[in-house]
Amino acid sequence: MAQSTAAPTPTTPVLTPLPVRALVPWAVFFGVLMLVLLYFVGAEQGATALVSGEGVHEWVHDARHLLGFPCH
Amino acid sequence: MNSTVVRALLARGMLAGLGAGVLAFVFAYLVGEGPVDAAIAFEEAGSHEHGEELVSRSVQSTAGLATGVLVFGVAIGGIMALACCFALGRIGRFGARATAGLAALGGFLTVYLVPILKYPANPPAVGDPDTIDQRTALFVLMIALSVLLGIGAVLLGRGLAPAWGNWNASTAAAVAFTAAVAVAMVVLPAGDNAPKGFPATDLWEFRLASLGVQAVLWAAFGLLFGYLAERVLEPGPARPEVSALVG
Repeated sequence: MAQSTAAPTPTTPVLTPLPVRALVPWAVFFGVLMLVLLYFVGAEQGATALVSGEGVHEWVHDARHLLGFPCH
Repeated sequence: MNSTVVRALLARGMLAGLGAGVLAFVFAYLVGEGPVDAAIAFEEAGSHEHGEELVSRSVQSTAGLATGVLVFGVAIGGIMALACCFALGRIGRFGARATAGLAALGGFLTVYLVPILKYPANPPAVGDPDTIDQRTALFVLMIALSVLLGIGAVLLGRGLAPAWGNWNASTAAAVAFTAAVAVAMVVLPAGDNAPKGFPATDLWEFRLASLGVQAVLWAAFGLLFGYLAERVLEPGPARPEVSALVG
């Protein structure tokens, strides 16, 4: 950082936007995958349940409360 | 080529999220577990309906807490990395670090801070199990509204900027966002009450700890991901010398 301020032309290089076409496959696949992870941490065996029992809920119990999700 | 950049940023986003999750876990363990234990003590003093423990408290407060916070960190990191891939070069003349920092700030505000102002984090013993469906739905709705309104505000600001200038456009966007959020908060039903006799200080300490966990997570993510993304996107000529000097 110090080098760039000392340089005679301190112009920030303008970033070229990444084309949406390159982004979509990643966004769809990983976006869904990440949302599934959030669901398991935040809501599984609360309002809805994909896995029966209380194991998932009890395991992430403290994290669910402290991250702000409604929990039992 | 561009796809490789997206892949590189996504991997680094998840890595930064994991690192941020570790810091947030340490904070949660040191600061958050006290209020959680206090709430559980209150719960157990009032009723004995709890059967055998499926997962012991010592596991819940360590391995369980770590699992939840780390997975949350990785997931947020991945989603935010993808959001940053889109935002880069599209939200103004910002470099990689500034874009990552602004995205993390925006994420913290719209995914956590605004929703919890309406539906605050609740410790064990607070919240009726019979209303979990409604509370979950309202919480998710509040997050979705807040994120969509946040994106709308950014688009509004970008649209107004050429005519109004950056300062006025940003101010107008912030005012519009605040007003829309206020309307949503007034219209949506209120959250649950704490049970009679639940200490107000315990509630406050718990909510402050929750705020701290999320603040640590998002701040650490923004800084870590900004650093990693800059090395991918702006491999400047000065950098090899710097790393040689630092060792």
